Amino acid sequence: MASRLAVYRRLAGAAARSQLAYPLSFGLQCVGQVVAQATDLLLILVLFDHVHAMGGFDVREVLVIYGIAGVSFGFADMIVGQLDMLPSYIREGRLDALLLRPLSALGQICASEVTMRRVGRIVTALVTLVYALSTVDIGWTPTRVALVVVAPVAGTVILCSIWVVACSVCFWLVEGRELANAVTYGSSMFTAYPLGVFSSWLRRLMGFLVPGAFVAYFPTLALLGKPDPLGLPGFLQWSSPVVAVVAVLVATAMWRFALRHYRGTGS
Amino acid sequence: MALTAAVASSDVRAAGGWGLYVTLVAAGFRRWSTYRLAALAGMSTNLVFGFMRCAVLLTVFDGAARVAGYDPSAAVTFVWVGQALIDIVLAWGSTQFGERVRSGDIAIDLVRPWDLQLALLADDLGRVGFSLLVRFVPPMLVGAAFFDLRLPGGPVGWAAFAVAVPLAALVGFAMRFLLNLTAFWLLDWRGVFGLYIITSGLLAGLIVPIGLFPRWAEIAVWCTPFPAMLQVPADLLVERGNPLLLLAHQLGWAIVLLWLGRVVLRRAERVLVVQGG
Repeated sequence: MASRLAVYRRLAGAAARSQLAYPLSFGLQCVGQVVAQATDLLLILVLFDHVHAMGGFDVREVLVIYGIAGVSFGFADMIVGQLDMLPSYIREGRLDALLLRPLSALGQICASEVTMRRVGRIVTALVTLVYALSTVDIGWTPTRVALVVVAPVAGTVILCSIWVVACSVCFWLVEGRELANAVTYGSSMFTAYPLGVFSSWLRRLMGFLVPGAFVAYFPTLALLGKPDPLGLPGFLQWSSPVVAVVAVLVATAMWRFALRHYRGTGS
Repeated sequence: MALTAAVASSDVRAAGGWGLYVTLVAAGFRRWSTYRLAALAGMSTNLVFGFMRCAVLLTVFDGAARVAGYDPSAAVTFVWVGQALIDIVLAWGSTQFGERVRSGDIAIDLVRPWDLQLALLADDLGRVGFSLLVRFVPPMLVGAAFFDLRLPGGPVGWAAFAVAVPLAALVGFAMRFLLNLTAFWLLDWRGVFGLYIITSGLLAGLIVPIGLFPRWAEIAVWCTPFPAMLQVPADLLVERGNPLLLLAHQLGWAIVLLWLGRVVLRRAERVLVVQGG
């Protein structure tokens, strides 16, 4: 196990070094990630220029949701974002090479490009989160302090699982990469807003079937000690870690199932 | 690679003159139409984002009938036009030219008996033609099925929109041409292009109509070519603003950017060093 981790570390290290090969381009990409995350922030601020509440949340409360969602998505994208390249791995037969090596194919794909530039996204969301948390009224208790740390971790795990399940579709539909984007990047947008903004079928689809509501919305309600404007049961607010565990199990099962059905593209 | 493979060299000699570029348009259309499934998959992503953006944008009408000159039905129309045009105009995936510069294949393109900018434009128009069929029509139909869209009342509005879409595609092409040209100096175009992908959505009006920005930001953004790509066609469809001014903005930027592209290309040819043997 330890030796495997060492291999992954070396793979990820090599990927990181290769990303620094063009320093100017890398710098621009980091700045780009800051701007990307700030764009979502600007949208929220522009909308709140015209209204005082959104789905029952004021601007600072929405920023807490946005912050947790942004940090989670940034880490998830950094860790498993390379799965977006799965279709080219399949098409070019590179996946076959990975399958022959004594390491998990999923691990190898992810480690092959740990996208360092996502740090820009994570830092922007984190700064916003800290600012928002310092301005809203929170009755800090030990469990809430723990939740502040656990929520982004659980959020990251949930989003990683969503990513793996969505990209597994590419084993059957090689050109389906953008279909996966609807769920992965779609979740990035969906998780940053109060659930009540969306219509009921979108809530069911992107909030529960794809468990986006558990990334930031429910943990934020728990942090703020706020009753759910939608009247959903209170236990949901603390259930993100459990959902994260279930999501990992589903993602693992899905990935294994998909990989067993992989037949290569032929030549 | 793909661009050149689509046109056999005998075609080029036979066609000659403008015929060459017409052939390239047709080749571009054919090439993209082989990616039908990918286009469908991308279109479904546009749909999901369309629904989410509508939901988010509609929150500003909390008690207000109009915001920044849009009523709710104009606002949802704006969102759906944006989703329908995003792939046609912004074309975030279109980096083959920059990749050819990085790999050195560009040297071959530069000695071909054609105008490189015009050839790439012809290829891109083929792509636009195909995208109009699969990426533009379905989101508009879905938008119309689920929402009360605001469409032009008379032929003038439709005509303005019909002129604005090709102009938007032209500005989009000219922008990407310039961005890809940076590869001559930076070798890796990804940083610059990444910034474009990230900022163009916000500045073009895809994420939120520019009219909702604070006044100073709105004026600043109108001084850039970005609104010509989405904001202008969308505003023309919902008949907001002066159509002649809007079209003039597009035409002006199209000319300036295409001309700038030619100037920069000429300078780029002089710095080109193909590495490796």
